[in-house]
Amino acid sequence: MKHIKTINAPAAKKDLKNSGCGECQTSCQSACKTSCTVANQKCEKR
Amino acid sequence: MIHKFKMHGSNIVLDVNSGAVHMVDDIAYDILDHMDNSDEEIVNGLSGKYSRSEVMETLAELKQLKAEGQLFSEDFMEEYLAEHGPLSHSQPIVKALCLHIAHDCNLRCRYCFASTGDFGTQRTLMTAETGKRAIDFLIERSGTRRNLEVDFFGGEPLLNFEAVKEIVLYALERQKVSNKNFRFTITTNAVLLNEDHKKFINEYMDNVVLSIDGRPEVNDRMRFRADGRGTYEDILPKIMDMAESREQDNYYVRGTFTRENLDFSKDVLHLADLGFKQVSVEPVVAAKDTGYDLREEDLPGLFREYEELVYEYVKRHRESDGFNFFHFMLDLEQGPCLIKKLKGCGSGHEYLAVTPEGDLYPCHQFVGMEGFKMGNVNHGTDISVSISEMFEKQNIYTKPDCKKCWAKFFCSGGCAANAWQFNNCLDKPYEIGCELERKRVECALWAKAVEACE
Ligand code: SF4
Ligand code: SF4
Repeated sequence: MKHIKTINAPAAKKDLKNSGCGECQTSCQSACKTSCTVANQKCEKR
Repeated sequence: MIHKFKMHGSNIVLDVNSGAVHMVDDIAYDILDHMDNSDEEIVNGLSGKYSRSEVMETLAELKQLKAEGQLFSEDFMEEYLAEHGPLSHSQPIVKALCLHIAHDCNLRCRYCFASTGDFGTQRTLMTAETGKRAIDFLIERSGTRRNLEVDFFGGEPLLNFEAVKEIVLYALERQKVSNKNFRFTITTNAVLLNEDHKKFINEYMDNVVLSIDGRPEVNDRMRFRADGRGTYEDILPKIMDMAESREQDNYYVRGTFTRENLDFSKDVLHLADLGFKQVSVEPVVAAKDTGYDLREEDLPGLFREYEELVYEYVKRHRESDGFNFFHFMLDLEQGPCLIKKLKGCGSGHEYLAVTPEGDLYPCHQFVGMEGFKMGNVNHGTDISVSISEMFEKQNIYTKPDCKKCWAKFFCSGGCAANAWQFNNCLDKPYEIGCELERKRVECALWAKAVEACE
Protein backbone atom coordinates (compact mmCIF):
# COMPACT_ATOMS: atom_id res chain seq x y z
CA MET A 1 0.00 0.00 0.00
CA LYS A 2 1.16 3.46 -0.86
CA HIS A 3 -0.74 5.58 1.61
CA ILE A 4 -0.99 3.30 4.60
CA LYS A 5 1.51 1.31 6.57
CA THR A 6 -0.06 -1.19 8.92
CA ILE A 7 1.91 -1.39 12.14
CA ASN A 8 -0.02 -4.14 13.73
CA ALA A 9 -2.93 -6.28 12.60
CA PRO A 10 -4.12 -8.66 15.29
CA ALA A 11 -5.68 -11.94 14.22
CA ALA A 12 -9.16 -11.33 12.91
CA LYS A 13 -11.23 -13.28 15.40
CA LYS A 14 -10.54 -12.63 19.04
CA ASP A 15 -10.28 -15.81 21.00
CA LEU A 16 -12.83 -15.53 23.73
CA LYS A 17 -12.91 -19.18 24.66
CA ASN A 18 -9.33 -19.11 25.82
CA SER A 19 -9.87 -15.89 27.64
CA GLY A 20 -10.16 -15.12 31.31
CA CYS A 21 -8.20 -17.89 33.02
CA GLY A 22 -7.22 -15.33 35.64
CA GLU A 23 -3.68 -16.60 36.20
CA CYS A 24 -2.09 -13.31 35.20
CA GLN A 25 -0.78 -10.55 37.41
CA THR A 26 -3.21 -8.11 38.99
CA SER A 27 -2.54 -4.81 37.29
CA CYS A 28 -2.43 -2.57 40.32
CA GLN A 29 0.19 -4.79 41.95
CA SER A 30 2.63 -4.39 39.13
CA ALA A 31 4.16 -0.97 39.37
CA CYS A 32 1.98 1.90 40.12
CA LYS A 33 -0.80 1.15 42.58
CA THR A 34 -2.96 3.89 41.22
CA SER A 35 -3.95 3.20 37.70
CA CYS A 36 -4.89 0.28 35.64
CA THR A 37 -3.62 0.28 32.13
CA VAL A 38 -3.72 -3.37 31.33
CA ALA A 39 -2.28 -3.35 27.84
CA ASN A 40 1.23 -3.81 29.18
CA GLN A 41 0.39 -6.91 31.18
CA LYS A 42 1.51 -10.31 30.09
CA CYS A 43 -0.76 -13.26 29.52
CA GLU A 44 0.38 -16.34 31.43
CA LYS A 45 -0.59 -18.68 28.65
CA ARG A 46 1.86 -17.33 26.12
CA MET B 1 -14.87 3.03 15.81
CA ILE B 2 -11.50 4.46 14.91
CA HIS B 3 -9.25 6.97 16.63
CA LYS B 4 -6.77 9.04 14.70
CA PHE B 5 -4.23 11.55 15.87
CA LYS B 6 -1.11 13.38 14.82
CA MET B 7 2.08 13.30 16.79
CA HIS B 8 5.59 14.48 15.97
CA GLY B 9 4.78 14.61 12.27
CA SER B 10 3.16 11.16 12.05
CA ASN B 11 -0.49 10.33 11.45
CA ILE B 12 -1.62 7.33 13.45
CA VAL B 13 -4.92 5.48 13.16
CA LEU B 14 -6.17 2.94 15.66
CA ASP B 15 -9.01 0.64 14.76
CA VAL B 16 -10.53 0.31 18.19
CA ASN B 17 -12.28 -3.05 18.01
CA SER B 18 -9.71 -5.05 16.09
CA GLY B 19 -6.75 -3.31 17.70
CA ALA B 20 -5.10 -2.72 14.33
CA VAL B 21 -2.73 0.26 14.19
CA HIS B 22 -1.82 2.08 10.99
CA MET B 23 0.47 4.91 10.03
CA VAL B 24 -1.11 6.90 7.20
CA ASP B 25 -0.22 9.83 4.96
CA ASP B 26 -2.06 13.16 5.02
CA ILE B 27 -4.51 12.30 2.29
CA ALA B 28 -5.61 9.07 3.95
CA TYR B 29 -5.82 10.93 7.25
CA ASP B 30 -8.14 13.52 5.71
CA ILE B 31 -10.30 11.00 3.87
CA LEU B 32 -10.95 9.10 7.09
CA ASP B 33 -13.13 11.98 8.26
CA HIS B 34 -15.51 11.41 5.36
CA MET B 35 -15.78 7.65 5.03
CA ASP B 36 -19.55 7.77 5.43
CA ASN B 37 -19.91 9.82 2.25
CA SER B 38 -20.06 8.57 -1.31
CA ASP B 39 -16.85 8.41 -3.36
CA GLU B 40 -17.97 11.39 -5.43
CA GLU B 41 -18.68 13.48 -2.36
CA ILE B 42 -15.27 12.66 -0.96
CA VAL B 43 -13.51 13.55 -4.21
CA ASN B 44 -15.39 16.82 -4.46
CA GLY B 45 -14.99 17.67 -0.83
CA LEU B 46 -11.22 17.33 -1.01
CA SER B 47 -10.79 18.67 -4.53
CA GLY B 48 -9.06 21.83 -3.37
CA LYS B 49 -6.37 19.73 -1.70
CA TYR B 50 -5.93 16.50 -3.65
CA SER B 51 -6.51 15.29 -7.20
CA ARG B 52 -9.27 12.84 -8.08
CA SER B 53 -6.83 10.04 -8.86
CA GLU B 54 -4.99 10.49 -5.57
CA VAL B 55 -8.22 10.39 -3.62
CA MET B 56 -9.55 7.35 -5.48
CA GLU B 57 -6.29 5.46 -5.03
CA THR B 58 -6.20 6.13 -1.30
CA LEU B 59 -9.85 5.37 -0.88
CA ALA B 60 -9.31 1.96 -2.47
CA GLU B 61 -6.63 1.18 0.09
CA LEU B 62 -8.82 2.28 2.98
CA LYS B 63 -11.70 0.20 1.68
CA GLN B 64 -9.47 -2.83 1.41
CA LEU B 65 -8.46 -2.49 5.07
CA LYS B 66 -12.07 -2.09 6.01
CA ALA B 67 -12.96 -5.26 4.14
CA GLU B 68 -10.15 -7.05 5.94
CA GLY B 69 -11.54 -5.98 9.31
CA GLN B 70 -8.72 -3.60 10.14
CA LEU B 71 -10.63 -0.36 9.92
CA PHE B 72 -14.10 0.37 11.25
CA SER B 73 -14.35 -3.22 12.44
CA GLU B 74 -17.39 -4.47 14.28
CA ASP B 75 -17.76 -4.37 18.01
CA PHE B 76 -18.22 -8.06 18.74
CA MET B 77 -17.92 -7.63 22.52
CA GLU B 78 -21.27 -6.06 22.92
CA GLU B 79 -22.91 -9.09 21.36
CA TYR B 80 -20.79 -11.42 23.42
CA LEU B 81 -21.77 -9.73 26.66
CA ALA B 82 -25.43 -9.79 25.72
CA GLU B 83 -25.14 -13.54 25.18
CA HIS B 84 -23.11 -14.36 28.24
CA GLY B 85 -24.58 -11.97 30.74
CA PRO B 86 -22.56 -10.24 33.41
CA LEU B 87 -19.07 -11.58 33.94
CA SER B 88 -19.37 -12.28 37.62
CA HIS B 89 -19.18 -15.18 40.02
CA SER B 90 -21.65 -15.77 42.82
CA GLN B 91 -18.68 -16.20 45.14
CA PRO B 92 -15.78 -14.11 43.93
CA ILE B 93 -12.41 -15.75 43.38
CA VAL B 94 -9.68 -13.82 45.12
CA LYS B 95 -6.20 -14.09 43.67
CA ALA B 96 -4.28 -11.13 45.01
CA LEU B 97 -3.97 -9.36 48.34
CA CYS B 98 -2.38 -6.12 49.31
CA LEU B 99 -1.24 -6.52 52.89
CA HIS B 100 -1.05 -3.28 54.81
CA ILE B 101 1.67 -4.63 56.95
CA ALA B 102 2.24 -1.34 58.77
CA HIS B 103 -0.18 1.51 59.18
CA ASP B 104 2.70 3.60 60.24
CA CYS B 105 5.32 5.50 58.35
CA ASN B 106 8.64 7.19 58.95
CA LEU B 107 7.78 9.84 56.36
CA ARG B 108 5.07 12.46 56.08
CA CYS B 109 4.69 12.67 52.32
CA ARG B 110 2.16 15.36 51.55
CA TYR B 111 0.24 13.47 48.90
CA CYS B 112 0.09 10.14 50.65
CA PHE B 113 -3.41 8.70 50.53
CA ALA B 114 -2.50 7.19 53.84
CA SER B 115 -2.42 10.74 55.26
CA THR B 116 0.45 10.49 57.68
CA GLY B 117 1.05 6.82 57.29
CA ASP B 118 -1.73 5.85 59.63
CA PHE B 119 -4.61 5.76 57.14
CA GLY B 120 -6.70 8.13 59.18
CA THR B 121 -7.02 5.60 61.98
CA GLN B 122 -4.24 4.91 64.40
CA ARG B 123 -0.70 3.67 63.94
CA THR B 124 -0.70 -0.09 63.93
CA LEU B 125 1.39 -3.00 62.72
CA MET B 126 -0.01 -6.21 61.34
CA THR B 127 0.92 -9.22 63.43
CA ALA B 128 2.45 -12.22 61.69
CA GLU B 129 -0.58 -14.17 62.88
CA THR B 130 -3.03 -11.92 61.03
CA GLY B 131 -0.77 -12.07 57.97
CA LYS B 132 -0.87 -15.84 58.06
CA ARG B 133 -4.65 -15.80 58.29
CA ALA B 134 -4.63 -13.59 55.20
CA ILE B 135 -2.54 -16.23 53.41
CA ASP B 136 -5.00 -18.92 54.50
CA PHE B 137 -7.85 -16.74 53.30
CA LEU B 138 -6.21 -16.30 49.91
CA ILE B 139 -5.52 -20.00 49.44
CA GLU B 140 -9.06 -20.83 50.39
CA ARG B 141 -10.77 -18.16 48.30
CA SER B 142 -8.68 -18.66 45.18
CA GLY B 143 -10.42 -21.81 44.00
CA THR B 144 -8.50 -23.39 41.17
CA ARG B 145 -6.31 -20.36 40.52
CA ARG B 146 -2.69 -21.32 40.88
CA ASN B 147 -0.84 -18.01 40.70
CA LEU B 148 -1.45 -15.90 43.78
CA GLU B 149 0.02 -12.52 44.58
CA VAL B 150 0.77 -10.79 47.80
CA ASP B 151 2.03 -7.24 47.97
CA PHE B 152 3.52 -5.90 51.17
CA PHE B 153 2.38 -2.36 51.44
CA GLY B 154 1.92 0.25 54.10
CA GLY B 155 2.49 2.76 55.47
CA GLU B 156 6.05 1.62 55.30
CA PRO B 157 6.50 -2.16 55.31
CA LEU B 158 10.11 -2.03 56.47
CA LEU B 159 8.78 -0.87 59.86
CA ASN B 160 7.42 -4.38 60.27
CA PHE B 161 9.84 -6.48 58.30
CA GLU B 162 10.03 -9.39 60.71
CA ALA B 163 6.33 -10.01 60.09
CA VAL B 164 6.92 -9.77 56.34
CA LYS B 165 9.54 -12.50 56.57
CA GLU B 166 7.38 -14.74 58.67
CA ILE B 167 4.38 -14.37 56.38
CA VAL B 168 6.42 -15.07 53.24
CA LEU B 169 7.94 -18.22 54.70
CA TYR B 170 4.54 -19.37 55.90
CA ALA B 171 3.02 -18.87 52.45
CA LEU B 172 5.84 -20.83 50.84
CA GLU B 173 5.34 -23.62 53.32
CA ARG B 174 1.63 -23.75 52.52
CA GLN B 175 2.20 -23.48 48.78
CA LYS B 176 3.93 -26.86 48.81
CA VAL B 177 0.79 -28.67 49.87
CA SER B 178 -1.83 -26.51 48.22
CA ASN B 179 -0.63 -26.46 44.61
CA LYS B 180 -0.34 -22.70 44.57
CA ASN B 181 2.38 -20.45 43.29
CA PHE B 182 2.92 -17.31 45.36
CA ARG B 183 4.48 -14.18 43.98
CA PHE B 184 5.52 -11.47 46.37
CA THR B 185 6.11 -7.79 45.90
CA ILE B 186 6.96 -4.99 48.28
CA THR B 187 6.56 -1.24 48.07
CA THR B 188 8.96 0.85 50.15
CA ASN B 189 10.23 4.37 50.62
CA ALA B 190 13.71 2.87 51.08
CA VAL B 191 14.65 5.04 54.06
CA LEU B 192 15.36 2.04 56.27
CA LEU B 193 16.51 -0.30 53.52
CA ASN B 194 19.54 -2.30 54.66
CA GLU B 195 21.55 -5.33 53.58
CA ASP B 196 19.34 -7.68 55.50
CA HIS B 197 16.18 -6.42 53.78
CA LYS B 198 17.89 -6.44 50.43
CA LYS B 199 18.98 -10.02 50.77
CA PHE B 200 15.53 -11.22 51.76
CA ILE B 201 13.76 -9.15 49.12
CA ASN B 202 16.07 -10.36 46.37
CA GLU B 203 15.64 -13.93 47.42
CA TYR B 204 11.86 -13.94 47.71
CA MET B 205 10.22 -10.98 46.00
CA ASP B 206 9.29 -10.93 42.34
CA ASN B 207 9.08 -7.18 42.26
CA VAL B 208 10.05 -4.28 44.46
CA VAL B 209 8.61 -0.81 44.07
CA LEU B 210 10.94 1.92 45.31
CA SER B 211 9.41 5.34 45.87
CA ILE B 212 11.29 8.40 44.64
CA ASP B 213 9.78 11.32 42.76
CA GLY B 214 12.64 12.51 40.58
CA ARG B 215 14.76 15.63 40.93
CA PRO B 216 16.00 16.28 44.47
CA GLU B 217 13.98 19.44 45.03
CA VAL B 218 10.83 17.82 43.66
CA ASN B 219 11.28 14.72 45.78
CA ASP B 220 12.03 16.62 48.95
CA ARG B 221 9.15 19.03 48.55
CA MET B 222 6.71 16.15 48.89
CA ARG B 223 8.64 13.35 50.52
CA PHE B 224 10.06 14.32 53.89
CA ARG B 225 10.42 13.10 57.43
CA ALA B 226 8.35 14.10 60.45
CA ASP B 227 10.96 16.79 61.21
CA GLY B 228 10.73 18.15 57.69
CA ARG B 229 14.05 16.85 56.38
CA GLY B 230 13.94 15.62 52.78
CA THR B 231 14.85 12.08 51.81
CA TYR B 232 16.48 12.25 48.40
CA GLU B 233 20.05 12.21 49.56
CA ASP B 234 19.59 9.22 51.85
CA ILE B 235 17.42 7.04 49.69
CA LEU B 236 19.10 7.51 46.33
CA PRO B 237 22.20 5.36 47.01
CA LYS B 238 20.03 2.66 48.57
CA ILE B 239 17.61 2.61 45.69
CA MET B 240 20.44 2.55 43.17
CA ASP B 241 22.08 -0.30 44.96
CA MET B 242 18.82 -2.23 45.12
CA ALA B 243 18.19 -1.75 41.40
CA GLU B 244 21.71 -2.85 40.54
CA SER B 245 21.47 -5.89 42.78
CA ARG B 246 18.44 -6.96 40.74
CA GLU B 247 20.33 -6.36 37.51
CA GLN B 248 18.06 -3.44 36.62
CA ASP B 249 15.07 -5.72 36.27
CA ASN B 250 12.02 -6.76 38.29
CA TYR B 251 11.79 -3.52 40.19
CA TYR B 252 10.33 -0.06 39.62
CA VAL B 253 11.34 3.34 40.77
CA ARG B 254 7.98 4.91 41.33
CA GLY B 255 7.32 8.61 41.50
CA THR B 256 4.24 10.76 41.75
CA PHE B 257 3.76 14.08 40.03
CA THR B 258 1.45 16.80 41.21
CA ARG B 259 0.51 20.33 40.30
CA GLU B 260 3.82 21.38 41.82
CA ASN B 261 5.92 19.63 39.18
CA LEU B 262 3.87 19.85 36.04
CA ASP B 263 7.16 19.53 34.15
CA PHE B 264 7.38 15.94 35.34
CA SER B 265 9.09 14.69 32.18
CA LYS B 266 12.24 16.18 33.70
CA ASP B 267 11.77 13.95 36.71
CA VAL B 268 11.34 10.86 34.59
CA LEU B 269 14.47 11.73 32.64
CA HIS B 270 16.32 12.53 35.83
CA LEU B 271 15.64 9.00 37.03
CA ALA B 272 16.65 7.59 33.66
CA ASP B 273 19.85 9.67 33.71
CA LEU B 274 20.71 8.13 37.04
CA GLY B 275 20.71 4.77 35.30
CA PHE B 276 17.32 3.41 36.36
CA LYS B 277 15.86 1.17 33.69
CA GLN B 278 12.38 0.57 35.13
CA VAL B 279 10.56 3.81 35.77
CA SER B 280 6.97 4.62 36.66
CA VAL B 281 5.96 8.20 37.40
CA GLU B 282 2.25 8.74 37.84
CA PRO B 283 -0.20 11.55 38.29
CA VAL B 284 -1.26 12.09 41.88
CA VAL B 285 -4.64 10.54 42.66
CA ALA B 286 -7.43 11.29 45.01
CA ALA B 287 -6.03 14.67 45.82
CA LYS B 288 -9.29 16.59 45.61
CA ASP B 289 -9.03 20.04 47.21
CA THR B 290 -5.42 19.69 48.29
CA GLY B 291 -3.97 22.48 46.21
CA TYR B 292 -1.59 20.17 44.36
CA ASP B 293 -4.33 18.19 42.60
CA LEU B 294 -4.22 18.23 38.80
CA ARG B 295 -6.81 20.42 37.14
CA GLU B 296 -8.43 20.77 33.80
CA GLU B 297 -6.31 23.80 32.94
CA ASP B 298 -3.13 21.81 33.52
CA LEU B 299 -3.97 19.29 30.84
CA PRO B 300 -2.53 20.98 27.74
CA GLY B 301 0.82 21.36 29.48
CA LEU B 302 0.75 17.79 30.74
CA PHE B 303 -0.05 16.51 27.25
CA ARG B 304 2.99 18.34 25.93
CA GLU B 305 5.08 16.80 28.68
CA TYR B 306 4.02 13.29 27.69
CA GLU B 307 4.67 14.01 24.04
CA GLU B 308 8.13 15.37 24.72
CA LEU B 309 8.85 12.48 27.02
CA VAL B 310 7.90 9.84 24.50
CA TYR B 311 10.04 11.56 21.88
CA GLU B 312 13.07 11.37 24.12
CA TYR B 313 12.08 7.84 25.16
CA VAL B 314 12.15 6.57 21.61
CA LYS B 315 15.36 8.45 20.90
CA ARG B 316 17.10 6.81 23.84
CA HIS B 317 15.88 3.37 22.80
CA ARG B 318 17.22 4.02 19.35
CA GLU B 319 20.59 4.99 20.79
CA SER B 320 20.62 1.84 22.94
CA ASP B 321 20.30 3.94 26.04
CA GLY B 322 16.65 3.12 26.57
CA PHE B 323 14.64 2.65 29.73
CA ASN B 324 11.15 1.35 30.36
CA PHE B 325 8.45 3.81 31.30
CA PHE B 326 5.57 1.83 32.71
CA HIS B 327 2.81 3.58 30.83
CA PHE B 328 4.53 3.61 27.48
CA MET B 329 4.91 -0.14 27.48
CA LEU B 330 2.15 -1.49 25.28
CA ASP B 331 2.01 -4.99 24.01
CA LEU B 332 0.10 -4.67 20.76
CA GLU B 333 0.40 -8.33 19.82
CA GLN B 334 0.15 -10.28 22.99
CA GLY B 335 -1.31 -8.15 25.69
CA PRO B 336 -3.71 -9.66 28.15
CA CYS B 337 -6.79 -11.56 27.06
CA LEU B 338 -10.06 -9.85 26.29
CA ILE B 339 -11.73 -10.66 29.55
CA LYS B 340 -8.95 -8.87 31.37
CA LYS B 341 -9.22 -5.93 29.02
CA LEU B 342 -12.90 -5.75 29.86
CA LYS B 343 -12.50 -5.85 33.58
CA GLY B 344 -9.29 -4.15 34.54
CA CYS B 345 -7.83 -4.09 37.99
CA GLY B 346 -10.10 -6.57 39.74
CA SER B 347 -10.49 -4.46 42.85
CA GLY B 348 -13.26 -5.59 45.16
CA HIS B 349 -13.39 -9.16 43.96
CA GLU B 350 -10.09 -10.56 42.61
CA TYR B 351 -7.89 -8.16 44.43
CA LEU B 352 -8.47 -7.07 48.02
CA ALA B 353 -6.56 -5.16 50.66
CA VAL B 354 -6.07 -6.27 54.25
CA THR B 355 -5.51 -3.83 57.12
CA PRO B 356 -3.25 -4.53 60.11
CA GLU B 357 -6.37 -5.60 62.00
CA GLY B 358 -7.27 -8.09 59.27
CA ASP B 359 -10.15 -6.07 57.81
CA LEU B 360 -10.77 -6.57 54.10
CA TYR B 361 -11.39 -3.71 51.67
CA PRO B 362 -11.84 -3.58 47.87
CA CYS B 363 -8.30 -2.28 47.39
CA HIS B 364 -5.62 -0.23 49.12
CA GLN B 365 -7.29 3.02 48.07
CA PHE B 366 -10.54 2.10 49.81
CA VAL B 367 -8.94 1.17 53.11
CA GLY B 368 -10.55 3.02 55.96
CA MET B 369 -13.80 3.80 54.17
CA GLU B 370 -16.13 2.14 56.63
CA GLY B 371 -18.89 1.42 54.13
CA PHE B 372 -16.51 -0.65 52.06
CA LYS B 373 -15.39 -3.05 54.76
CA MET B 374 -15.90 -6.52 53.33
CA GLY B 375 -14.90 -8.88 56.13
CA ASN B 376 -11.99 -9.83 58.33
CA VAL B 377 -9.45 -12.58 57.73
CA ASN B 378 -9.41 -13.41 61.44
CA HIS B 379 -13.11 -14.21 61.34
CA GLY B 380 -13.30 -16.76 58.55
CA THR B 381 -13.29 -16.49 54.80
CA ASP B 382 -16.69 -14.91 54.18
CA ILE B 383 -16.79 -11.61 52.40
CA SER B 384 -19.57 -9.19 51.74
CA VAL B 385 -21.07 -10.37 48.48
CA SER B 386 -23.07 -7.19 48.04
CA ILE B 387 -19.83 -5.21 47.89
CA SER B 388 -17.93 -7.68 45.73
CA GLU B 389 -20.82 -7.81 43.28
CA MET B 390 -20.87 -4.08 43.00
CA PHE B 391 -17.27 -4.21 41.79
CA GLU B 392 -17.40 -7.39 39.81
CA LYS B 393 -20.29 -6.38 37.63
CA GLN B 394 -18.37 -3.37 36.33
CA ASN B 395 -16.66 -3.55 32.99
CA ILE B 396 -15.90 -1.19 30.14
CA TYR B 397 -19.33 -1.82 28.66
CA THR B 398 -21.23 -1.04 31.84
CA LYS B 399 -19.63 2.40 32.12
CA PRO B 400 -21.13 4.77 29.57
CA ASP B 401 -17.97 6.89 29.27
CA CYS B 402 -15.77 3.85 28.73
CA LYS B 403 -18.08 2.22 26.25
CA LYS B 404 -17.65 5.13 23.88
CA CYS B 405 -13.97 5.68 24.66
CA TRP B 406 -11.45 4.72 22.00
CA ALA B 407 -8.83 3.75 24.59
CA LYS B 408 -11.01 1.25 26.43
CA PHE B 409 -9.17 -1.90 25.39
CA PHE B 410 -5.88 -0.45 26.59
CA CYS B 411 -7.14 1.20 29.73
CA SER B 412 -9.76 -1.32 30.83
CA GLY B 413 -11.94 1.17 32.62
CA GLY B 414 -9.87 3.26 34.95
CA CYS B 415 -9.45 3.28 38.68
CA ALA B 416 -12.55 2.53 40.74
CA ALA B 417 -11.13 4.39 43.72
CA ASN B 418 -10.69 7.53 41.67
CA ALA B 419 -14.19 7.20 40.28
CA TRP B 420 -15.55 6.88 43.77
CA GLN B 421 -13.63 9.78 45.16
CA PHE B 422 -14.44 12.21 42.39
CA ASN B 423 -17.85 11.06 41.20
CA ASN B 424 -19.22 9.09 44.11
CA CYS B 425 -19.99 6.08 42.00
CA LEU B 426 -18.04 3.24 40.46
CA ASP B 427 -19.24 3.56 36.91
CA LYS B 428 -18.20 7.09 36.11
CA PRO B 429 -14.44 7.35 35.69
CA TYR B 430 -12.39 10.31 36.85
CA GLU B 431 -12.26 12.67 33.90
CA ILE B 432 -8.75 14.08 34.32
CA GLY B 433 -7.39 10.59 34.83
CA CYS B 434 -9.06 9.60 31.55
CA GLU B 435 -7.60 12.53 29.66
CA LEU B 436 -4.11 11.63 30.86
CA GLU B 437 -4.63 7.94 30.18
CA ARG B 438 -5.71 8.62 26.60
CA LYS B 439 -2.69 10.82 26.02
CA ARG B 440 -0.37 8.14 27.39
CA VAL B 441 -1.90 5.54 25.12
CA GLU B 442 -1.46 7.85 22.13
CA CYS B 443 2.17 8.33 23.05
CA ALA B 444 2.70 4.62 23.47
CA LEU B 445 1.04 3.91 20.12
CA TRP B 446 3.23 6.52 18.47
CA ALA B 447 6.34 4.92 19.98
CA LYS B 448 5.28 1.52 18.68
CA ALA B 449 4.56 2.89 15.24
CA VAL B 450 7.88 4.67 14.99
CA GLU B 451 9.77 1.61 16.17
CA ALA B 452 7.96 -0.56 13.66
CA CYS B 453 8.94 1.77 10.85
CA GLU B 454 12.64 1.62 11.61
S1 SF4 C 1 -9.79 6.38 29.63
FE1 SF4 C 1 -11.53 6.71 31.00
S2 SF4 C 1 -13.32 6.48 29.67
FE2 SF4 C 1 -11.58 5.55 28.61
S3 SF4 C 1 -11.66 3.39 29.19
FE3 SF4 C 1 -10.28 4.44 30.61
S4 SF4 C 1 -11.57 4.96 32.36
FE4 SF4 C 1 -12.93 4.51 30.64
S1 SF4 D 1 -9.45 0.71 42.15
FE1 SF4 D 1 -7.70 1.95 41.47
S2 SF4 D 1 -6.20 1.83 43.10
FE2 SF4 D 1 -7.70 0.21 43.45
S3 SF4 D 1 -6.82 -1.60 42.46
FE3 SF4 D 1 -8.13 -0.62 40.94
S4 SF4 D 1 -6.78 0.77 39.79
FE4 SF4 D 1 -5.72 0.18 41.67
